[in-house]
Amino acid sequence: MARVVGGLTTSHIPAIGNAVPREKELVNDPYWKPFFAAYPPARAWLQKAKPDVAIVIYNDHGLNFFLDKMPTFAIGAAAEYRNADEGWGIPTTPPFQGDQELSWHIIESLVHDEFDVTTCQEMLVDHGFTVPMSLFWPGNSYGGVKTIPVCINTVQHPLPSPLRCFKLGQAIGRAVESYPKDLKVVVLGTGGMSHQLDGERAGFINKKFDLLCLDKLVNEPEVLTRYSIHELVREAGAQGAEFILWLAMRGALSGKVTKVHSSYHVAVSNTATGLLVLDNAA
Amino acid sequence: MTLVTHHDLPIPGTYMFDGHAAMKGYALNKMCFSFNKAENREEFLKDEDAYCTKFGLNDEQRKAIKERNVLAMIHAGGCIYYLAKFAGIFHLTVQDVGAQQTGMTVEEFKKKLKAQGE
Repeated sequence: MARVVGGLTTSHIPAIGNAVPREKELVNDPYWKPFFAAYPPARAWLQKAKPDVAIVIYNDHGLNFFLDKMPTFAIGAAAEYRNADEGWGIPTTPPFQGDQELSWHIIESLVHDEFDVTTCQEMLVDHGFTVPMSLFWPGNSYGGVKTIPVCINTVQHPLPSPLRCFKLGQAIGRAVESYPKDLKVVVLGTGGMSHQLDGERAGFINKKFDLLCLDKLVNEPEVLTRYSIHELVREAGAQGAEFILWLAMRGALSGKVTKVHSSYHVAVSNTATGLLVLDNAA
Repeated sequence: MTLVTHHDLPIPGTYMFDGHAAMKGYALNKMCFSFNKAENREEFLKDEDAYCTKFGLNDEQRKAIKERNVLAMIHAGGCIYYLAKFAGIFHLTVQDVGAQQTGMTVEEFKKKLKAQGE
């Protein structure tokens, strides 16, 4: 049977997309050092865990979806996912391999569980997906893992609540664990932590709240599901509401969860960055 | 410790991009979404007015675009994720955009960000 072996979260700031190809040089740069120095333990854990598939829970920022049709939850069911020009000049990444059979198994299971997701046989993936993949698997081949993008709307309110996203993650976890093939699956939750790009409150960061989230997400995620989206925006900033993607990841881990590694740094670009690696033992 | 704090009190300096804004800003956001493609960015730069007309922007939106005024674009229904693609045409980063909205220099804005980590 397939198993969810762990979950990882990382910020997905576009500026990182520019920096990743230059990591070897930037790891000694005072601005980037505290950021890149946090990633080797996450990569080491992945090399040991050897996942076959990464389910990447992210948000599209206006590459694949526009306001003409804006699904709350969408899932990829393609053999391959491509990145494309997002308009402001970060280099595009090589394509990502999909796993259509597992995608459709998850879709069947989610709809059965009353999560009526939008299914996508063509889906461009933006920096919310590509930056974490490039960070965790440097070198453009992504460690040979197949991917399944799960996109949650954070563009247009109403956004799904933290509790609803956590439950979606639980349903994804159940779907994976009922898949008959022996596959090792990791679940990624991308984005965050606190940041705000728009309005007179632009530049807002809330270290205290971020550290609370990093702590509670490990073994008391239910506490964080009590927030409303409005409260999350107040505490984490307008775009800090991306924390719902982390909660969805955490929902997928139903075993004995232990923290392998975490890191927090203020700031890259406008954003407080966070990294968390969780092991999910049977 | 209570973790659930405030409810629906307005958050100062924060604009929820909701259905109301999505209706109001549709043309502006659709134009900015088109800037994913290089040929559209070039077409805009060749004749801004014609490009705004093509997407049916209203006067308030055209003025905000003309003045490169991000807060005015938000008031006209703009969503920051699409507006960022407009800013990208002029090689403006989110820090430039943040500085403009808060009335700071970019250096002051960067200092403010850093200070919140201390």
